[in-house]
Amino acid sequence: MSVRVQSEPFDMGEELQAFTAAHSHSGAVVTFSGLVRDEGGTLSRMEIEHYPGMTEKALTSIRNEALTRFALDGAGIIHRFGTLVPGDQIMMVVTAARHRADAFAAAEFLMDYLKSRAPFWKKEFGSDGEGWVEARTEDDVALNRW
Amino acid sequence: MIDVLYFAWLRERIGAPKERVETDAATVADLVTELKGRSDAHALAFSDMSSVRVAVDQELTDMNTPLAGAREVAFFPPMTGG
Repeated sequence: MSVRVQSEPFDMGEELQAFTAAHSHSGAVVTFSGLVRDEGGTLSRMEIEHYPGMTEKALTSIRNEALTRFALDGAGIIHRFGTLVPGDQIMMVVTAARHRADAFAAAEFLMDYLKSRAPFWKKEFGSDGEGWVEARTEDDVALNRW
Repeated sequence: MIDVLYFAWLRERIGAPKERVETDAATVADLVTELKGRSDAHALAFSDMSSVRVAVDQELTDMNTPLAGAREVAFFPPMTGG
């Protein structure tokens, strides 16, 4: 899987199955999937903008950093852009390692980095109007632990 | 000539995703000063630099970065991926 940026939906089960088949000698596979929240029924849709070219570079560099820092057998990132509705999958990360500690840590590392270092911006549309999602200071704080 | 790209609310405030700029600006900060003089919309977009991030040739960097040889400069708010 390595790194994919796409507008189309993806099937997490199929992706996981293919990744796991390609890492059948690893002892541990961890996945994380991010979904669009409905915000208590107030959100009707989300539009995700990105920076074509830089996005792929940034995700590749974040993935390479994870492969360097942790004892991984593999790692993959899929991130969508375009219009999404509540319940849609926005992205997934998957890691494979000999032991679970590295697989879990690397998945968290990938998430923390792509939240504030990959050029995506979310705009929400709903009953409260529309607005750009603001970056949270917790997301920057989360980077400091690595 | 440098391609200047805008994303998210910077794109909306400026009213265009991209513009070609003839500039001798030495750094990103110098370029921002020039851009602010282009229109009221530019001045508004760059009024709070604490919420503006920059990439030069698709690498995340900061306002002190020299522009010698740069082809593409992008301005955007803090990223919200994931």
